[in-house]
Amino acid sequence: MASATDNDPTRDDRFELAAQGVPGALPIGDVQPDAEDARAAGGLTPDGRPAEGGISGTSVRLGDKVFKGLAAGSGALLLVVMAAIAIFLIWKAIPAFTANNAGNLLTTQSWNPQADPPLFGMAAVFFGTVMSSFIALVIGVPIAIGIALFISNYASRKAATTLGAMVDLLAAVPSLVFGMWGLYFLIPNTQGFQQWLSVYFGWIPIFGNDTATTASQFGKSLLIAGIVLAIMIIPIVSAVCREVFLQVPRETIDAAWALGATKWEMIRTAVLPFGRAGIISAAMLGLGRALGETIAVALVLNSGFVINWHITEPGGDTFASTIALKFGESGGNPVAIAALIAAGLFLFVITLLVNSIARIVIARRKDFTA
Amino acid sequence: MSRPAPSAPARVTPGNAPVKGQTSALVGARLPKWAPYGSAVGAAAIAVLLKLLLDWTGWYTTFFSGAVIFVGILTGWSFSVEGRRRAKDRFATTLIYTSFVCAIVPLVLILSYIAVKGLPLFSPDYFLKSMNGVTSRQEGGGVYAALVGTLIIVGIATVIALPIGIFTAIYLVEYGRGKFARTVTFFVDVMTGVPSIVAGLFVYTFLLLGFGMRPFGAAGAIALAILMVPVSVRASEEMLKLVPRDLREASYALGVPKWRTILKVVLPTALSGLITASLLAVARVAGETAPLILLVGYTARINFNPFAGDMATLPMMVWDQLGKRAGTTSNDITEARAWGAALTLVLLVLILNVGARLLAKLFQPKAR
Repeated sequence: MASATDNDPTRDDRFELAAQGVPGALPIGDVQPDAEDARAAGGLTPDGRPAEGGISGTSVRLGDKVFKGLAAGSGALLLVVMAAIAIFLIWKAIPAFTANNAGNLLTTQSWNPQADPPLFGMAAVFFGTVMSSFIALVIGVPIAIGIALFISNYASRKAATTLGAMVDLLAAVPSLVFGMWGLYFLIPNTQGFQQWLSVYFGWIPIFGNDTATTASQFGKSLLIAGIVLAIMIIPIVSAVCREVFLQVPRETIDAAWALGATKWEMIRTAVLPFGRAGIISAAMLGLGRALGETIAVALVLNSGFVINWHITEPGGDTFASTIALKFGESGGNPVAIAALIAAGLFLFVITLLVNSIARIVIARRKDFTA
Repeated sequence: MSRPAPSAPARVTPGNAPVKGQTSALVGARLPKWAPYGSAVGAAAIAVLLKLLLDWTGWYTTFFSGAVIFVGILTGWSFSVEGRRRAKDRFATTLIYTSFVCAIVPLVLILSYIAVKGLPLFSPDYFLKSMNGVTSRQEGGGVYAALVGTLIIVGIATVIALPIGIFTAIYLVEYGRGKFARTVTFFVDVMTGVPSIVAGLFVYTFLLLGFGMRPFGAAGAIALAILMVPVSVRASEEMLKLVPRDLREASYALGVPKWRTILKVVLPTALSGLITASLLAVARVAGETAPLILLVGYTARINFNPFAGDMATLPMMVWDQLGKRAGTTSNDITEARAWGAALTLVLLVLILNVGARLLAKLFQPKAR
């Protein structure tokens, strides 16, 4: 029998096309390709047998091979890039680990890699990153879920489309603009709120403020950074939640209605359980964005490189803001650059962990291809 | 798809048309329809009264305490008349409406604030001049170089990222089986979480440190492409998954090969979604600043060559005018220019977004 690679150039093109399953290659009533033609054209069934008539949708054709190669190649390229990011960051961060660091890379609360000997550590930066992202999640995720529920279950269909687009618009606003707005509008207008928080809730340690006495001394705090980050993650979190909530099976919802549930009971028993994995995935996406947010945080925070649990007191740094702000100062100093790359590496590893954990949680969700 | 949910499930029960002064045996007592509005007015009145009595200084306090009082009144009233379940329902409804307001308020505030700050600068001159030779104490200058620079860099990033993104999505949806597909899915998700500054650092270590290059525009474009690809993959994947399997099977049944099925059936069906997804991915990276700090730098001169020399971009122009790039201080003039550039950037992104939605409407398949 003819092998799959057999390719006779003298063969009638129309036959070959028809054998590959192209409709309309042969006019109706014209001669039809027989099994021999199909085999010669390379038509194979998935289990390797030659195709009987070349009409199997999964037979291996040149077009399919090329197309699949392109598609899989793109996927492979992604893996290569991810690996390259890890390798290059580790490689170029080595000088930071081997430098004659006067402090400890992990526990020192300072950032002075140009000094002699260099003195820098990630402790304060790590704390600021985690704290600001945590505040962002605490504020942002419940609101985002509320928005998603509103759009999916409360608003009329027409209103939902418009409102959804408006929330998406919020996602489109560049982070730089959030930062500027936070710096020039939010901070001056929330000084009173921050003071109120520290006066009446100062007995909760994190809201306490020992340094400021008048409202004007409140401002560039981790709390504000967290609020700005919360506004920034709301659109992405609510968009993902909304998509999931809209896919709740109609039957489940109707069943809840039929049992006499109120709207909230319907949401609690039908919508939220279905969307739980989606909510977690959305929150993790938001967390990832908050952890790595650079410019907005760099604008609204006062760099201090100290761990400060009082979130209404000015100060705080994150990995990303440190890289952005200290890059200009590094002036090509190899240790300073390496220290920033090390900060980037830490950030990369943290976001990698967050996302991996999220993936493992979501992995339980069944695939739903309609 | 949102469903036309009845405003109150009670309507499902037959024969409970609200007749005044008469309660149906099938439905428990209900608050009158004006209850939420009544509670709102009452709460506002109490809040204003409190402000006058307790000498509160700000209206913020009044507003927020009014909101809290409103929730209290409505829930309490509902609890006393309608019972625990309905009260819970009203409480949750109020919270959900509130959360929506919480999202719209910052959006309106941000857009109006930036418009107020940036619009005074807008003039034909502002879009036709660059910043060359304009000092920080001098008015004038414009976004010409920065705007074109942003368009060039984002354009290059798009050309790199979109084919990779869409093909990867096609692989994952149409071909993806087994270990390799699972790995790719996993790393796409991980890559979505790669912070922009890390992508910038990677290209910095790879191109600039590795090959000893000076900052240049295309380096920034590569970093933006790295940020765009996973967004594009995820969004395109969702869109492709929405294509009904029936359509694919109908195509296979007609003997159409798989790759032609994808090209002629799946992609056209998902086209509106794909365009929207792509433009949104573009809009997402257009405003990125962090990688540009490391990779593209900033120059006041006009440089439209993405392969050599620093380039001006809108985000970096803002960064520069705010004095963050050189660590200088900003003044009113530079801050005004920064707002102007930021407004230009927002408008660019909004045009991309609105364009995406319009195109999506235009291409929407009629069968849906």
